[in-house]
Amino acid sequence: MGYAEVSLFGDQGKQTVNLMKSIKSLNEFVIKFANVNGTGSASANNMFAKAIFRMGIPVSPKNIFPSNIQGLPTWYEVRVSEKGYLGRRGGVDIVLSVNPQSMPDDVADVLPGGYFIYDSTKPLDLRLVRDDVNYIGIPLTEMCAREYKDPRQRLLFKNVIYIGALAALLDIEFAVLTDLVRSQFKGKEKLIAPNIGALELGHRYVSANFECPLGIRVERRDCVGDSILIDGNAAAALGSIYAGATVAAWYPITPSTSVVDAFERYAKRLRIDPGTGKKNFAIVQAEDELSAMGMVIGASWNGARAFTATSGPGISLMSEFLGLAYFAEVPAVLFDIQRSGPSTGMPTRTQQSDVLAAAYASHGDTKHVLLFPSDPKECFDLAIEAYDLAETLQTPVIVMSDLDLGMNDNMSPPFQWDPSRKYKRGKVLNTEQLDAMERFGRYRDVDGDGICYRTIPGTHPSKGAFFTRGSSRDEWAIYTEDGDKYADNMKRLLLKWETAKNHVPAPELREANHATDIGIIYFGTSAEATHEALDYLANEGIYCDALRIKAFPFCNMVNDFIAEHEQVFVIEQNRDAQMRSLLLIECDAPPGKLLKILEFNGMPITAGKIRSEIKRQLPGPAQVTPLRKKTES
Amino acid sequence: MSYFKPAFRHPAAPTNSLGYHEDDYEGSLSTLCAGCGHDSVSGAIVRACFELSLEPHRIAKISGIGCSSKTPTYFLGNSHGFNSVHGRMPSVATGANLANRDLTYIGVSGDGDTASIGMGQFAHLVRRNLNIVYIVENNGCYGLTKGQDSATSDVGSHSKKGDPNPFESIDLCAVALQLGADFVARSFSGDKEQLVPLIKAAISHPGFAFLDVVSPCVTFNNNQGSTKSYEFVREHMEATGTVDFVPMHQEITTRYEEGASQEVCLHDGSVIHLRKGNNEYNLRDRQAAMGAIEQHKAEGQILTGLLYMDPDSLDLHSVVDTSDRPLNSLTEEELCPSLQALDNINESLR
Repeated sequence: MGYAEVSLFGDQGKQTVNLMKSIKSLNEFVIKFANVNGTGSASANNMFAKAIFRMGIPVSPKNIFPSNIQGLPTWYEVRVSEKGYLGRRGGVDIVLSVNPQSMPDDVADVLPGGYFIYDSTKPLDLRLVRDDVNYIGIPLTEMCAREYKDPRQRLLFKNVIYIGALAALLDIEFAVLTDLVRSQFKGKEKLIAPNIGALELGHRYVSANFECPLGIRVERRDCVGDSILIDGNAAAALGSIYAGATVAAWYPITPSTSVVDAFERYAKRLRIDPGTGKKNFAIVQAEDELSAMGMVIGASWNGARAFTATSGPGISLMSEFLGLAYFAEVPAVLFDIQRSGPSTGMPTRTQQSDVLAAAYASHGDTKHVLLFPSDPKECFDLAIEAYDLAETLQTPVIVMSDLDLGMNDNMSPPFQWDPSRKYKRGKVLNTEQLDAMERFGRYRDVDGDGICYRTIPGTHPSKGAFFTRGSSRDEWAIYTEDGDKYADNMKRLLLKWETAKNHVPAPELREANHATDIGIIYFGTSAEATHEALDYLANEGIYCDALRIKAFPFCNMVNDFIAEHEQVFVIEQNRDAQMRSLLLIECDAPPGKLLKILEFNGMPITAGKIRSEIKRQLPGPAQVTPLRKKTES
Repeated sequence: MSYFKPAFRHPAAPTNSLGYHEDDYEGSLSTLCAGCGHDSVSGAIVRACFELSLEPHRIAKISGIGCSSKTPTYFLGNSHGFNSVHGRMPSVATGANLANRDLTYIGVSGDGDTASIGMGQFAHLVRRNLNIVYIVENNGCYGLTKGQDSATSDVGSHSKKGDPNPFESIDLCAVALQLGADFVARSFSGDKEQLVPLIKAAISHPGFAFLDVVSPCVTFNNNQGSTKSYEFVREHMEATGTVDFVPMHQEITTRYEEGASQEVCLHDGSVIHLRKGNNEYNLRDRQAAMGAIEQHKAEGQILTGLLYMDPDSLDLHSVVDTSDRPLNSLTEEELCPSLQALDNINESLR
């Protein structure tokens, strides 16, 4: 008989949990918290992840939440990996369940030999008992009822109690947790003691009743270096602060809302004029995404650095304006925190499904510069890059993040800033330069790179004023319906697009240790899972070169990579293989060569999926001996 | 129709205090239909800016799409212009104004651009009290697409196509008042005497200033049976009073009899005098203004002139408390926090 039965019928002294064939693991496991949303569980669960992180062990927490305010099931999955694998693994070793609503599914989730920790105030439904799972009952509700009078406290401290219990079960250093509580409630000192009290309560209970630690446990390591733990949206916001963005216009939409929230938070700290106390920034919550985009365009036209943040439905609404900005050549920075579409889709689940919509947003011939960050540091760096690119190229730049990166704490290298770095404001003429000119022509390609000189309104009393419009115009910015002039301008925009290839960040190449003709193209939040899959495959003798795309337009390196490999897997998180389509359109690649690896169920792609898909799709012999010589070109 | 604009200027043409001639404020030749009301509005804008001695390059003119929105090409040729997206001028103007609070913003729109496709943006622009002069050149129809009724077309009014409009019209002045606009006026493109001082007052107003200018479409809506024709408007318009605008630093030359006019003093020292007409109510009484509009409408009249004004208006910048200096003039040193600040943030995330 397993432990399960014992715990079902009350506590009978100190129990040894690992009676059956239990999972034994040190610093490598997945734990999933099953909570009710709106109960404050996410911050407690985050404390758990951060404690492991502070013990020097890499973690990857993912909040899997419903589109709802209160009462529906919500989950928080934390992968702990000493090896540094931060992608979603799949499979759950430990479930901590405090939500009866989702309990059947949560029990089913546990891997054989795993643990199911639950609130044992009410007896467990016998139908939920599996004989290959260890059950650990903690009477959380009962403990809270005994300890706290205020119903809200009972709700909140339940979360803290189970974190204390986990500390004992998994051997988390208790002092790390108490330090976290102290820093979290800095300034609200009254809350520190009760929170530590709740942690102790949980710790004491399991220490007294169960043999601790379990077979799955943690131990201090030195594997995180100087990394930080932060969500990508806050990182993008901070990048915008350092990049000098002053105008933010937005419309609330999950999962992008926290970009502007974080921008406001940082700006209130870092952007208040020391003399007057006034704001060196302006944030406007617009009436819709159309308006948000219009404001960004207006501000950028007038020489401020401006941005908006949105998600798929917002991209649809902003499309007309994006076409205007492309054609009228007005800089704009947009953060697209992608979620599952189409339509409202699954608004609180992740996807990379706006690739095509963003790349070609708007009617007519349009193309937009896209950047693909894959961790918070890149959200910060590419945010800064986005403003430089938008002004250099005088066109919209869309940073393509997603819910997984944007809303979850991700482990990341620390942010860096070079104080000698200067903003690239692009070709903007000042008064002296205008004075020296005979006649200013807004759309004259003086330098032959497709990028023309612009002026900011109000610069010069008699020179430099021009009319910005979405209608066709000649190089002097005068309205024209002359087809040849229109076509010349469209060709120049294409030349500018070619120039952009020299400005956007180059892809990142990871070459296999052995020569191989298998290539992998991936981007954004598929990165961690891909890297892990590459390790597994290499262990099995399958070697792949991997190219991580960081920007659209694709530079020549992407073309070369496709040409140099026999099969190229394109890994992405959408149904229609949108990046693959984009590569086919823009790179002249033979369609048969580009193979799809897709995940679109709203959960981040896993290494296991990538690995099995590659093995499934590889032609027979290549699976074992992919050692044909690389064709040199 | 003329297709050439002579460069000739009368040697005795007067200059304003900056030394500009009135034609320095003109734009390129209009391509609108001969007799279009919009051209008169353009002319009134030129006159107002000239008389106010505004620096042309410190004015930004922004529009949406439509006949009216084409007009910024035809005035203020030395000013920056932005002909944006249909119904979206308010958002572009908002962004522009946020970036540089020191320019004068003139937004030009039409009844389709504002009362239909742009109704949402218009409403929220009013709410935000952006410091802009918002002029609707209101002809009750869609000119560029050949004469469909617009949302400001009165019930029963019929355009050249002949069918009476079955739907209730939107009165943009009433909407603006209801949404909290602090400067609301209505005028007629055919009444430059009234329009020019109203535009000058609107420019000087510190927040959102709304001007609904009935501006007949000579091609599609100037026929018998239309309530937006020259003839109908001339016969049915009634003014709240005659408006005089006296800019700051200018001596008052007209003598106003005690009790015969209302005065509104602006914070920059300018004064608006409203000489009393037949329609007396306190200009600072929003409800009275609403009542007067409704009453005239019920009587088949069009009430014009300055309808409502609150000179203590606080614009968007005041509300969100932005820097007194234009945001677009802040330097890298002022905008970019220190490396130390970033290191501290990194540390807090460990």
